[in-house]
Amino acid sequence: MAGGATSVWATARLVAAKDLRVERRSRVVVNQVLPFAALVMVLFAFALDADAVLERTAPGLVWLGTIFSLLIVVQRSFAIETADGALDALRVAGVSPPGIFLGKSFALAVQLFVLEVLLVLLAIVLYESELDAAGAVLLVTTLVPATTGLAFVGTLYGGLAAGTRGRETLLPLLLFPVVAPVLIGATRATEAALGAGGAATDEGWPWVGMLVIFAALFGVGGTLAFGPLVEE
Amino acid sequence: MNRNEGSAPVATTHTPSTASAPAMTSRPRGAGTGTTFTRWLGIVTLASMAAVALFGLVLSPEDVVQGESVRILYVHVGTVWVAYLAFVVTAVSSAAYLWRRTHSLTWDRIAGASAEIGVLFMAVTLLTGSLWGRLSWGTFWVWDARVTTTAFLFITYVGYLAVRGLGGSHEQRARRSAVVALLAVIEIPLVHFSVKLWRSVHQDASVAGRTTDVTLDGLMLFTLLLATVAFTLLYVWYVLHRQRVMTMEDALDDKGLDLALAERRREAATNGVSNGAPSATGEVTN
Repeated sequence: MAGGATSVWATARLVAAKDLRVERRSRVVVNQVLPFAALVMVLFAFALDADAVLERTAPGLVWLGTIFSLLIVVQRSFAIETADGALDALRVAGVSPPGIFLGKSFALAVQLFVLEVLLVLLAIVLYESELDAAGAVLLVTTLVPATTGLAFVGTLYGGLAAGTRGRETLLPLLLFPVVAPVLIGATRATEAALGAGGAATDEGWPWVGMLVIFAALFGVGGTLAFGPLVEE
Repeated sequence: MNRNEGSAPVATTHTPSTASAPAMTSRPRGAGTGTTFTRWLGIVTLASMAAVALFGLVLSPEDVVQGESVRILYVHVGTVWVAYLAFVVTAVSSAAYLWRRTHSLTWDRIAGASAEIGVLFMAVTLLTGSLWGRLSWGTFWVWDARVTTTAFLFITYVGYLAVRGLGGSHEQRARRSAVVALLAVIEIPLVHFSVKLWRSVHQDASVAGRTTDVTLDGLMLFTLLLATVAFTLLYVWYVLHRQRVMTMEDALDDKGLDLALAERRREAATNGVSNGAPSATGEVTN
C-alpha cells in the first residue's frame, strides 16, 4: 500500500512530526547533545591553545563538532526506532520506506541546524571569529545544503546499522568517509563567510554548489536505497 | 564469524583442503575450489609473476630521474589497477544482485570476494605508494586528490567488509552489502571531486592520456604492462577461489544448522525414552 507521491510526503510529515515530538518531550538533544557539542568546542580550545590558531581554524572546528554530534544524533534517532521494535512495526504496518527516510532526515536536519547555529555562535564568542552581512548570507546558504546532506547520509547509514550487532562502532566507520566532502566543502565555505585566514566571501560560493550536489545525490540515493536496507 | 578476517583467507584459497575439508564430511574427491581451468590459470599466474620479478628487478633499466625507486612502480601501478578493477566488479555484481529478478547469491559472493581482494591490493598500493613518495617526494604522504581518494576508497571498502560481517541471513548480508557497495559509487567521485577542488599536486599519468611521444623506455613500458597483466591474472585466480570458498562457507552455515538440528533430535529421541519429552528439545533448538 501507500504507493502515490502524496502519501510519501504525508508519511514523511508524520514521521518527522513524531521524531520532533519525541525530542520535545524527552529533550535528549537539547539536554545532552548540545552541551556535548559546546564541550567539544572548549576542548578544541584547550588542544589548540593560541588565539590566532583558533580564529584561523574556527570553521573547521565548527564542522568537526557538527560531525561528531551527528554521530550521536543519528544513533539517538535510530535508538528510538529499534527500541520496542518500532521500526519493525512501521514496516509491518506498510509505511513506505521512502516516507520514513525523508521524515527522519527532516527531523534530523532540524536538530542539526539548531546545533550548527549554536556552534557558529560559540565560534564567534570563544574563537573571536567575525561575521559581516555578506558573510552571514553565505553562511546561512551554506548551512542549508550541508545540513540536508548530513541528515540524508546520517539517516541512510543509521538505518543500515540499526538493529545490527556492533552498530555503535560500525556507524562512524561507515559514516565519516561519506561525510568527508561535506566537511571539506562546508569548512571552505564557512572560512569564506567568516573571513578566516583572509579568505574572500566570493570564494565560498562554488563550495555551496558542491554541497547542493552532495545533498541532492544522497537524497535521491537514500530514498531509493532505504527500502531495501530496512526490509526483512 | 571469521569469514571476513581480511587477507589471511585469500592467501590460502588455493589450498582449500585445509580450509574446508574438516567440515565437509562426505566430500567427494576433487570437490575443492580448484578446477582444471583454475589450476592452469594458477600456473600461468605464477609464471607471469616470476617474469614480472625478473623484468622489474633485473632486466629493466633504472630511471634517469628516479633511479632504482622506479621499480616500486611496477607493483604500485599493477596493484592499483587491480584494486580499482575489483571495486568496479564489486559494484557491478552488487547491482546484478539487486536488480535481477532472481536474486542469485553468487553475485553477492563475487562482490564480496572481489572487495576483499581489492582491499588487499589497495593496501599494497598505499604502502608502495608511500614508500615511493618517500624516495621521490621526500615524504610518505601528500594531501593530493588522487592519493586522498585512494585512501578513502580503502577505508570505504574496509567498512563494506565490516557490513558483510554483521551477521544475519545470507540474503540480509547480500542486500545490505550490495546497497553499501552502490552507495560507494556515489561517494567516491564526490570525495575525489571535493579533494581535487581542495588541492592537487599528483604527477599526471605517464602512459594513459598521452597520445604522442611516450617518454617511457620501451623495456620499462613492457615491464609495466606485464605487471598489469600478471596482477590481473592473480586477481582473477584469487576471486575464483575465494568465491568458491565463500559458497562452501555459506553451504556449511546452512548445513551446519541442519546437522545440529538432526543431532539434537537424535539426542531427544534417545533421552526421550527416559524423560518422556521426545519433541521438546527439537523445538528449543529451532
